[in-house]
Amino acid sequence: MAKSGNEVELPRGSAVQRTGLVENPGFEPAHKRVHDLDPARATKAERGISALFLISGIMSVAAFALNFAFPIVEGDLSTTRLNTLLVGVAIAAGLLSLGVGAVHWAKTLMHGHDLVEERHPTRGDEPTRKQVAEIFTQANKESGWTRRRLLRNSLVTALVAFPIPAIALLRDLAPAADPNTVLKYTIWKKGTRLARDPSGVPIKASEVTIGSAFHVIPENLKDYHETFLNEKAKSAVLLMRLPVEDLKEAEDRKTWSYDGIVAYSKICTHVGCPVALYEQQTHHLLCPCHQSEFDVSDSCKVIFGPAARPLPQLPITVDAEGYLIAQSDFLEPVGPSFWERTS
Amino acid sequence: MSKIQRTGRRHPVAAAALLLVGLFVSGGSYALVSNAATASNDVPTAVQIETGESLFLANCASCHGLNAQGTKAGPSLIGVGALSVEFQVGSGRMPMSSSGPQAEVKPVQFTQSDIDAMAAWVATLGPGPGIPEERLLSGGDSANGAELFRINCAMCHNVAGAGGALTEGKWAPALNNIDPVHIYAAMVTGPQNMPVFSDMNITPEEKRDIITYLQFVDENPSVGGFDLGSLGPVSEGLFVWVFVLGGLVAITIWLTAKSN
Repeated sequence: MAKSGNEVELPRGSAVQRTGLVENPGFEPAHKRVHDLDPARATKAERGISALFLISGIMSVAAFALNFAFPIVEGDLSTTRLNTLLVGVAIAAGLLSLGVGAVHWAKTLMHGHDLVEERHPTRGDEPTRKQVAEIFTQANKESGWTRRRLLRNSLVTALVAFPIPAIALLRDLAPAADPNTVLKYTIWKKGTRLARDPSGVPIKASEVTIGSAFHVIPENLKDYHETFLNEKAKSAVLLMRLPVEDLKEAEDRKTWSYDGIVAYSKICTHVGCPVALYEQQTHHLLCPCHQSEFDVSDSCKVIFGPAARPLPQLPITVDAEGYLIAQSDFLEPVGPSFWERTS
Repeated sequence: MSKIQRTGRRHPVAAAALLLVGLFVSGGSYALVSNAATASNDVPTAVQIETGESLFLANCASCHGLNAQGTKAGPSLIGVGALSVEFQVGSGRMPMSSSGPQAEVKPVQFTQSDIDAMAAWVATLGPGPGIPEERLLSGGDSANGAELFRINCAMCHNVAGAGGALTEGKWAPALNNIDPVHIYAAMVTGPQNMPVFSDMNITPEEKRDIITYLQFVDENPSVGGFDLGSLGPVSEGLFVWVFVLGGLVAITIWLTAKSN
C-alpha cells in the first residue's frame, strides 16, 4: 500500500518518535510503452514473439532429428562430439527462445501498470481458532492423554529412547582406527623394497642413472587390497639421483642416501598435493598446486611458497641383491599439518 | 583409337592407370629415400663423421668447447649420444640464439643429413643413446601409455600434454604433434631440466606406449566440446567467469528492466 508524506506507521510498542526517515517515494508516474501507443509496434512485437515460439518448436524437433542424423558411432570419438554438440545446441536454442519469447510477451504486450499485493494476515479468524481448540479438547478426551498418565509417560520414554541407536550409527562413520596412528605412520618399514609405480617392480640402485627421477611405491603395497589407495596416498615417494658433489647433507642424514640417490615423500607438507615437478639441473622440486618449491640438494628445504616444513626424507640403503630398500618408516608424519602433530 | 579421337574422350581406365603410376612412382621413391636414411643412421661413414666434426667446430664449439668437453657456457657432449643431438638440433633447440632459462624451439637450422653427421660425430666421443628402432616409435598400447604418462610425465607436461610452467622462467613444453623420435629422445636423454627416464626405468616398449598415447591425444578431438587449451580449471574457470556469468548478468538486467 502506497503511503505518502510522513505517515509512517510505527511498530507497536515503540516509545520513540523516529525522525529523518526516508520518504516512501511511491510509484513512478505511469508511462505508456511504445507498444501501448502504436498498434503497428504491438503487432510487430506479437509477430516477433510468435516467431520465437515457432523457432523453439522447430529446434525441439530438430534436436530429436539430429540425434538420428548424426548418430554416435562406437569407436569414433568425433561422432560423440558432433552428436552432443548439435543435440545440445538445438535443445538449448529451443528452451532459450521459449523463455525469451515468454518474457518478451510479458514485458511488451501484457498489462503494464504497477500494483501492490498485500500479504494475507497470518492469524486465523476466530471461528477457525475455536474449531482447532475444540479438536484438541476432543482428542484429549477420546485418547485420555491427560487422564491415563502411565500410558503418556511410557510413550514419552519410548520416544526419548528411540534416537539412541543413531548415536552408535553416526559414531561408526568415524575412522575405525585411531586417526593419530593412521596419520603418523606409513607402510614403509625396515627392508621394504622401493618399487616402480604402477608396475611394482623393485628398483636396483644400479638402474638409477644420474638425473633420473623414479616414481616409487613400497613393494608390499600390492598386499593392501582394501586400503590400497589410502596407503598409496601416504607412502608415495619420489626417488632422484643427483651428482654426489651436489648433495648437501646434514651429519645425521649422511647415511640416509645411497651414492647420490635420495628418496623423499611425494606428499606436499602444505595441503598434500603430490610434489613431483623435478628439475634435474637446478634440483628444485615444485608443487603444482600452490608453487611451493623444495631444494632436493639441501634436504628438500622450502625455498619458496606456502609449505611450512621440508618434505620428509625416507632413509634408504641397498640389500644384498642390490635392490634399494627403506631403512625404516619416515621419521616424521608425511603430508600436511594436523591437530595432534607434535612438530 | 580412332573412336577415342572422334569422341574426344580418354579411355575410361586412363585416369585410374595414371593414378596407379603416380602412386608407384611417389611411393617407390619415398621408400628409396627412407631406406637411404635408415641406412645412413645405422652405419655412419667416415665422411659423415668428418662432416659432423667440421659442422660442430663451426656451429657448436664456441659453447661446448673445441673437443666437446664443455665450457662455462655449455655442457660437455661426451657420452650424450647421437639421440641427444637428434633431439636438440633436430627440434630446433640448438644452436641456442641467446642464453636464457631454457633453450627455445626455433625453426630447425640444419638439414637432416647435417644433423645425422653431427650425431655420428658426437656418438664417436663416448657411448651414449642412439636413434631408436622404427618399431619403438608407434603402434603401442595407448591405455598403458596413458597410465605411465599420468604417473611419470603429467605433473609437468599436463595430462593432455598441453605443457606447463616450472620455476624461474622455465617451462615444460606442450607435447602436441611432436616427432616420435623426439619424444623418445627426451625420455632417454633428459634434456635441460627434464629428469632422465632411462630404459631401466621405463622400458623401450613402455616408451612406445607413451608415444602411442600422445599420438592418440593428437588424433582424437576432445569429446566434451572445446578443450580450451586442455588447461583444466584455469581456462575453464576463466571462461565461466567471463562469459557464463557475464551472460547471466546481462539476462538478469534484461529481465528486470522496464520495456520502453
